[in-house]
Amino acid sequence: MPINPTAFETRLPIVVLGSLDELWFQVAGTRCNLTCTHCFISCSPHNDSFGFLTLADVERRLQESVEWGVKEFYFTGGEPFLNPDLIAILERTLDFGPATVLTNGTVLKPEWLERLRAAEQGSLYSLEFRVSIDGPTPELNDPIRGPRTFERAMCGVELLVQFGFLPIITMTRVWDESQDAEILGLFRDVLHQHGYDRPRLKVLPRLLLGAEANRTCGYSSAERITAEMLDGYDTTQLVCQHSRVVTDRGIAVCPILIDSPDAILGDTFHEASHGFAVTHGACATCYQYGAICTNPSHK
Amino acid sequence: MICLGDLGAFGPHPDRTCELIRENGILVVQGNYDHSIGHELNDCHCGYTDPRDNHFAQLSYDYTLANTSDDHRAWMRTLPSQQRLEMDGVQLLLCHGSPRRTNEFLWESTTSAQFLAKLCADLECDLILGTHTGLHWQRTCLNSQGFINVGVLGRPENDGTTNVWYTILRSAGAGRSSLLWEVEFVPLAYDHERLAREMRNERLPEEFIETILTGWWTTCLEVLPSKERRRGRW
Repeated sequence: MPINPTAFETRLPIVVLGSLDELWFQVAGTRCNLTCTHCFISCSPHNDSFGFLTLADVERRLQESVEWGVKEFYFTGGEPFLNPDLIAILERTLDFGPATVLTNGTVLKPEWLERLRAAEQGSLYSLEFRVSIDGPTPELNDPIRGPRTFERAMCGVELLVQFGFLPIITMTRVWDESQDAEILGLFRDVLHQHGYDRPRLKVLPRLLLGAEANRTCGYSSAERITAEMLDGYDTTQLVCQHSRVVTDRGIAVCPILIDSPDAILGDTFHEASHGFAVTHGACATCYQYGAICTNPSHK
Repeated sequence: MICLGDLGAFGPHPDRTCELIRENGILVVQGNYDHSIGHELNDCHCGYTDPRDNHFAQLSYDYTLANTSDDHRAWMRTLPSQQRLEMDGVQLLLCHGSPRRTNEFLWESTTSAQFLAKLCADLECDLILGTHTGLHWQRTCLNSQGFINVGVLGRPENDGTTNVWYTILRSAGAGRSSLLWEVEFVPLAYDHERLAREMRNERLPEEFIETILTGWWTTCLEVLPSKERRRGRW
């Protein structure tokens, strides 16, 4: 009997949630004080596609996370520190597990960091800051993130270090991958000069979505995961195998794709635990680099 | 006596460790190093992400692979990735990193109690024993299930002391305690200066020798969460 070639070709690459290890909160929606030209969800002061989460929203999900055995909590936006509930949210989260907040570092206030330092010291768990800076100089960073953002973010790093935090400087690779070692070395030197004596660095691949698709280019139709590519592949490398994102519009599959219509999977963790077709261009980036969204301490 | 894996790495003469372990019939769980060495893979699969960390990890791995005999490598391939034991009714699950993955990092400050409780429930055990990160710790969950990282004997714990650590686990005995086990983390002093000399003779990196002599980690630091990183010097 002949094999039906159409059925074979249309087999979708489905990834099922294996375990809900990381729970993300789109805590500032898509609202940001900056308008970075490479932002994969086009955040800005005027983007209200996704709204803020309240302390009550987060508290409910933290309670629900217990039976799912969530290991770590991540907070992103937009700029999370624009959300007036954020400090209380992070304080409460540290009762449940480790927390990581992704910030551009430009709006941090000493009184917030004082409270957060006390909260972390009183917790079993780490509070990590990931500060986005796209290169070790204003010349590399500012054309992407905006005028004076390098200087302002470095002030944020200095403030975090003063309060005893060890921020993870997270940069999007807006240079050629072969320059990684040189850029990382230069960045370490610059951070030392700013008083950060053991800088932690993380490089992210570019995601050709949102504003970045306009800045450079989007994904080509060839940059896709096929079902055959998942045969024998360790799917724990993919963020959607072990993460979900709480947004004000429901639970999304991963932090990268929230703008995609198919990314909102439901209102409950159960509804959001079903398989997802990893057919987006960004899925191919995740496939290539592996677990791009989590911290280096997570393996 | 039980060994939770990674027989070589960092230090000199990995074959001597294998000989001692095998001669004494000690139960061993396979670590990521043992899996990689056993199968002659390209690297240790420790899970580092930083280029400098990977550079030093590779020096350690290449030395260990070159100094592990074919016979020991064949034996490493036969080691189980996990082992279940019962201790006076307590169901123990022994692994290297986590029961889910040999090289999973379970750090004290980034592993929630609810995660450990679910792991124990899903795997139908009371207590999980692991190592891998190189730092001992323990946590007991609300339902009296728990996790113990038993520490490591091959490298000091980034606390400025030169001793290494092992763990004694005892049954608490029925009715004596709400917990069914007792844990003692034991610091072990040894002739670390002799070890440093042997490492120099084997041309292992000075950065590793500094760790043996000072008790502070100098490499493979970028995977540490912030709480653990702050406790160290570098």
